[in-house]
Amino acid sequence: MADLDQPLPDAKRRRWRAAILWSPVPISIVVAIVIGAAIMQITDNDSVEVYTEILRGAFVGPNLVYTVAWAVPLTGMTMAAALPLRGGMVNLGGDGQLVMGGLVATMVALDLPLPGTARLIVAVVAAMLAAGLYAAIAAWGQVRWHVPMLISTLLLNYPAKGFASYMVRFPMRDPTNGNPETHMVAPDARLPQLIDGSLSSSLILMIVAVGLIILFDRRTVPGFELRLRGLNPRFAGYGGIHLDRQAVLTMFAGGAMAGLVGASIVLGDQFRFMDGALVTPNYTWTGLMAALLANGEPVGAVAAALFFSALQIGGFGMERATSIPRELTSVLQAIIILLLATRAGLKRHLRLG
Amino acid sequence: MGIFDMLLFHSTIQSVTPILLAALAGLICERAGIFTIAQEGLMLAGAFAAVAGSWFCGGAWAGVLIAIATSVVLSGILAGGGVLFLGDTIVIGIGINLLADGLSIFLLRQLFDIQGVFEDPKLDGLDALRIPVIADIPGIGGVISGQTWITYLSWLLVAAVSIFLFRTTWGLRLRGVGEQGEAAETLGVSVRRYRAAAILVSGALCGLAGAQLSLGAVTLFSEGMSAGRGWIAVVAVMLGRANPLGVLGASVLFGLADAVGLRMQGLGLPNQLTDAAPYVITLIALILAVRRHRLA
Repeated sequence: MADLDQPLPDAKRRRWRAAILWSPVPISIVVAIVIGAAIMQITDNDSVEVYTEILRGAFVGPNLVYTVAWAVPLTGMTMAAALPLRGGMVNLGGDGQLVMGGLVATMVALDLPLPGTARLIVAVVAAMLAAGLYAAIAAWGQVRWHVPMLISTLLLNYPAKGFASYMVRFPMRDPTNGNPETHMVAPDARLPQLIDGSLSSSLILMIVAVGLIILFDRRTVPGFELRLRGLNPRFAGYGGIHLDRQAVLTMFAGGAMAGLVGASIVLGDQFRFMDGALVTPNYTWTGLMAALLANGEPVGAVAAALFFSALQIGGFGMERATSIPRELTSVLQAIIILLLATRAGLKRHLRLG
Repeated sequence: MGIFDMLLFHSTIQSVTPILLAALAGLICERAGIFTIAQEGLMLAGAFAAVAGSWFCGGAWAGVLIAIATSVVLSGILAGGGVLFLGDTIVIGIGINLLADGLSIFLLRQLFDIQGVFEDPKLDGLDALRIPVIADIPGIGGVISGQTWITYLSWLLVAAVSIFLFRTTWGLRLRGVGEQGEAAETLGVSVRRYRAAAILVSGALCGLAGAQLSLGAVTLFSEGMSAGRGWIAVVAVMLGRANPLGVLGASVLFGLADAVGLRMQGLGLPNQLTDAAPYVITLIALILAVRRHRLA
């Protein structure tokens, strides 16, 4: 009878396992912070000071505005990865789509003979279309020719970046400028500023876009179908979902988000297309990590994007204060993803065993 | 001067080596039933470790050894996370690529206090070996001779991997693990052990590839210098249908594309466009190949 009162050792172990495995994301973050501290101790730095500077750099005073401003494009690129990921597809082509969007937005904003606001709207829409189509090529290649999208999205980055670089260095270059940059976009074709010089209305665009995506995910049939695909594509297919069309449309939507980011950086922040400026901050890969952290679920992905944004802006502050390279924060991010992927597997493994 | 001459083939061979080594790494994993995309990051880590090792230990040999060790340790993450804990190998691969990218830039600044490119005349690179008899053959002598030992080793490795996979017991078991893991397990072959070993060996190959990249054709490290070669290697495995000779063929094709791109640049085409050539050719080759075979 005593057996019934007291849990079996095995059951106890299981409960213990369950408690540890219960919330993988916070634990991965904590472990990554500990590993990061170890790296700092090895490289002779004071880890407490470093983490304090990261927090200060992310949240104190005007830094909070920088964090929000950084979070806008990052959240957009997170969505560009999260939408396909929700359906079990990996979009590694964010850089190419981002650059395509930025380039097309610049072209339209510079040259289209329309009054200011109309030109702005057309520029944003054109950027989303161009980037969406560029992403859809990869999906189309997969459904039509069985070219794996994981590879094709990545390979398509290079021609896009090369083409944009060529355009901005030769045909579209502002010859009076020493750097490879286009002319400035006319003031009335720019996105209005919320805080002059640091935050543009792209924040509002992004909030609307993210809201629509969350709504799509939670409340619409196609959103449900996409989640179903993510859980089990075969089942989704047997259930009558057109997998091919779904893949192309989802990638189009993901690419369009990247295009929106490209347009909002060019028209809201830099007002011209500068060679390399869109890809250097690494929004694409950080966004992909944020999306992976939440497994494509949009609310979680936004939270992860905000977290990474604070971490990276904190990294800039840390670099100024302690002369430790801010790439430390990229290392922390990668460690978090590795821990999480390993833990997700561990969970599956224990359940099997 | 035309596009094709002996110098072109010499630089083709140089470009082929890292791709070939990384592709062999992918091939071994593929044969063990693991699809990995970590080559890009492992190669980059190897390239950085090779330069750091050569600098601090004062010799290219030490650089190569440290490159191999570093990439093996990093691939241990994939072996542990992907094989022992059954994590998603693609996500882990992405994580390793980003970790290598961040860590190499971080350490470049911490150890050398440099951003961008580390280059120093005192940095010891790999010598070009002059092979006595072959070097004297007019024409191809100059192409085949004068490469680094890693290049020659990579050719031997094509044969070695071939023999290992198709002529040895271990190779047979490895293929069994890849094709039908459960069946292999019932025959007493440890699937996990073979897969973990395959990943670690592929880590070593990627380390060699990285060392060739940073101490072979040039003697420097620049941020992100693997520049997509790891991904091209992933495609080379698909195109070569995971056969060593096929993979060699695909790697040569991409190396040639790389070299022709460089040459076109010399003929006046803007390098922004020619830089994309290897990737576009990779993509086209992939489309043509899967249309015929449906690899995916």
